[in-house]
Amino acid sequence: MLGNENILTTLLLIPTVGAILLALLPGRNHSLIRNATLAITVLTFVCSLPLAWRLDVQNGGMQFVKDLPWIQAGGFTINYHIGIDGISLFLIILTTFLMPLAVLGSWSITRNVKAYMILMLLLEVGMVGVFVALDLVLFYFFWEAMLIPMYFLIGIWGGKNRVYAAVKFFLFTAFGSLLMLAALISLYFLNSGSSFNIVQITERLADGSISVNPLGEMLLFLAFFLAFAIKVPLFPFHTWLPDAHVEAPTAASAILAGVLLKMGTYGLLRFCLPMFPRAAVDLAPLICVLAIIGIIYGALVAMVQPDVKKLVAYSSVSHLGFVVLGIFAFNLTSIEGATYQMLAHGVSTGALFLLVGMLYDRRHTRLIEDFGGIAHRMPIFATVFLIITLSSIGLPGLNGFVGEFLILQGTFLTSHIYAVFAASAVILAAVYMLWMYQRVFMGKMINEANKQLLDLTPREVMTVLPLILMAIWMGVFPGTFLRRMDASMQKVVDRIEEVQEDQVYRVENRPLWNKTE
Amino acid sequence: MDINYTALLPEIILSVAGIVLMLLIPFVPKESQPKLGYVGLVGILLAFCALVLQWEGERGLAFFDMVFQDNFANFSKLLFLLSVGAITATSMHYLEQDRLLKAEYFCLLLFSTVGMCLMAASADLIMTFLGIEILSISTYVLAGYRSSEMKSTESALKYFILGAFSTAFLLYGVAFVYGATGTTKYLQISRAISDMDSYPVFLLLGVGFMIVGFGFKAAFVPFHVWTPDVYEGAPIPITAHLAVASKAAAVVAFLRILFQVVPDLSLQWQQLLWISAVLTMLIGNIAALTQSNIKRMLAYSSIAHAGYLLVGLTANSTMGAQGVLFYLMAYAFMNLGAFTVVQLVARRGEANVEIKDYAGLGFKYPLLSLALSVFIVSLAGIPLTAGFTGKLFLFSAAIQQGMYWLVVIAVVASAIGIYYYIRVLVFMYMREPEGEIESVGIPGVARIVILIMVLGTLYLGILPGSVLKMASEAVNF
Repeated sequence: MLGNENILTTLLLIPTVGAILLALLPGRNHSLIRNATLAITVLTFVCSLPLAWRLDVQNGGMQFVKDLPWIQAGGFTINYHIGIDGISLFLIILTTFLMPLAVLGSWSITRNVKAYMILMLLLEVGMVGVFVALDLVLFYFFWEAMLIPMYFLIGIWGGKNRVYAAVKFFLFTAFGSLLMLAALISLYFLNSGSSFNIVQITERLADGSISVNPLGEMLLFLAFFLAFAIKVPLFPFHTWLPDAHVEAPTAASAILAGVLLKMGTYGLLRFCLPMFPRAAVDLAPLICVLAIIGIIYGALVAMVQPDVKKLVAYSSVSHLGFVVLGIFAFNLTSIEGATYQMLAHGVSTGALFLLVGMLYDRRHTRLIEDFGGIAHRMPIFATVFLIITLSSIGLPGLNGFVGEFLILQGTFLTSHIYAVFAASAVILAAVYMLWMYQRVFMGKMINEANKQLLDLTPREVMTVLPLILMAIWMGVFPGTFLRRMDASMQKVVDRIEEVQEDQVYRVENRPLWNKTE
Repeated sequence: MDINYTALLPEIILSVAGIVLMLLIPFVPKESQPKLGYVGLVGILLAFCALVLQWEGERGLAFFDMVFQDNFANFSKLLFLLSVGAITATSMHYLEQDRLLKAEYFCLLLFSTVGMCLMAASADLIMTFLGIEILSISTYVLAGYRSSEMKSTESALKYFILGAFSTAFLLYGVAFVYGATGTTKYLQISRAISDMDSYPVFLLLGVGFMIVGFGFKAAFVPFHVWTPDVYEGAPIPITAHLAVASKAAAVVAFLRILFQVVPDLSLQWQQLLWISAVLTMLIGNIAALTQSNIKRMLAYSSIAHAGYLLVGLTANSTMGAQGVLFYLMAYAFMNLGAFTVVQLVARRGEANVEIKDYAGLGFKYPLLSLALSVFIVSLAGIPLTAGFTGKLFLFSAAIQQGMYWLVVIAVVASAIGIYYYIRVLVFMYMREPEGEIESVGIPGVARIVILIMVLGTLYLGILPGSVLKMASEAVNF
């Protein structure tokens, strides 16, 4: 069995080595390459599972840690330092879980299969790397390196407007993260040039051994926040998302929505809140308002989309708005809800993109008006789609409900108004999703072309079945997941509350008016 | 004071190799003259061996106190030899293909390397000037080597006239500094300046003129105007030579003067360099955005990279200087690699040097395109590559000195840069070619060069520790 400290390294190595092996296979034998990739991703998933039961639930700190010197010269100390806690645990498992399904959903790729699969594996390395990195430079390394495979996946195998979408995706995210680079170098020198260690810097910022003035803290916060807000994407930085999602090939969309967006929200939880709590508290009202605008705006725009994929893309803007709202409502319930919503959104939106892709493979269109009544021809597909639709809406008993409910409950404690506005989007979500479902699947089959549609193949069933099972499991037994998050989340919340108490104290002790004139 | 020839052993070997080459030329038939490049390569290899032998040798002044024998000089020479070796290797194919059957080309390359090595090791302003002249005169000729092409002639003429002008500035500056301090020896000037209570105007003016002279050679804005035309007209290997080795030589010589001759005037020169850094980064990157010719694009990109180097110089710290050296090494690998691929794709007579000529190349020549992608990604500064670690070290140096604004501007400039770099990738992988793609001949030597450059770019990107350590030892003046 793998030793605890080696599991994460193994998770990074399997896809890397797999990609190299894949490069050596003959490019013409498509089925060999597909199956090999599938095997590699399944192996990665299996290796990631022990993380869940070996995690010490009581311990909110980093576990499975491995810390080796990487670059130590010329005044730099950069380490290969990885580890996870309750925040990152399930994001990693989500990644490794979605990857085999995304590979299964890529069977319809027939052009340059080898390059495609190699890029998928490299993408997996990048994503896992972002979630496990505990050194700022290592984090940035994976964060940026991951852009390249995604850029190529969109740009080469994407739809008609793929080049525009790919370039826009690349520029938006790269621009946001470059300022983060400046910020993390600053943190290194504030940490008196001793290390880029995320845990250490967070602790030292908390106990005051690294002192930052309020303006500096605000600027550092903003530099990190911009990178993450673009990735999430938070309104008004969301414009790259619909383009990228719509143009990307099915599997890339699923991964983009399922995992990549979560890297933004993960960053907020890992960096923005624990490192710069004062700035976070000060800016929270603004960010919450932006999140709520995103929630409602995303939902309204989703409602009028003629293209199913674009509709799902905008629904992501709305759902991720919930996550950001939950994070910046600053209590355990809302933050846990937010993390839960990240996972739930990964499962249901990932599934939705895969399903839309299956439809597109058959008809080469995604316009709602081209369909109607296809439930008659594709009963299994219609059933599966309905379950996932409901999970995305947040039907109790399915995954979406738990996260949304916790977020709304937690937000209500912080601000009634926020909660009321956010809750309205739950209704809107039902409107756009069900209305779309009705127009695509129900009614009479008018379009002749749809009469030839075939139902799901066994491979396609295999692709979505795990997602459905996961959706139900997450809906019925949220404890499996929440229990493991508690301790780590509590640490984040404690840090925020410390600051909030400070500020209440400051406000209470401030003279109400200045008498000394 | 003694002669100590070993300090100059690499330079001597290079010069002898150049002379031997010249003597061989009359005995070699025209058709096989490009093959004489191998003689040049042997010379470079021997010089490299000499460099390795003296790597751990004694330190200090040598050759009548005209040159330093130190890690800094050794590191720089290593960089030059690497760069010129790659250029010599790829030039053989180029000359053969374009029927430029005159092997004096290789002599000039070798002599220019001697000039660069002297610039890096120089301990005396006169020696620096001589080094610059040896380098410049060789490259003036090389830039016009495609003599049947108007553009190449124009390139050489422009380079010569503007170069001569800038050298005059430099010499004028040297004269002023001599007037103010009474010596041309680096260490004595530095001592004289630190003894001064107030700085005479002539000294400041002299240093200013020297900055202009070096700024021209290294293509810092506002002295960059010659770059695009000269780079576009020169034969591609020479463009690479100008963009990498010649620029690196100017930067290291400049660095040594800033750190060893006028460290006491840092308050003054830091301001000038700050402004020049900002302009260089922004203008280089913004002008590159609109280029459709890949040579011109790389010319502007090389201006932008000079801007990043200026960030390290402006920081005026050990970390900044070591960052500059590391970045030069990284820049050499990625740029030489990129130019080699550009040269191969250009084919005979440099017919395909527009970015649109790269359409559809990606899947037709997967390995070549993969290599170019690595170089482009590295130039854009994305992790896993040397370009990223290089920028990390440079920007860190500036942040260490509290120059936050400079770094913010630098990252904005890099973000602009990403756009034109990935455009090349867009054409290679995401656009259909307009017509049939002509086949690209990839000779074995070029394969080896490209492989070395890819490995170097990735090695510096993933495990930069050892080279960074070398660089940090090198700047320990």
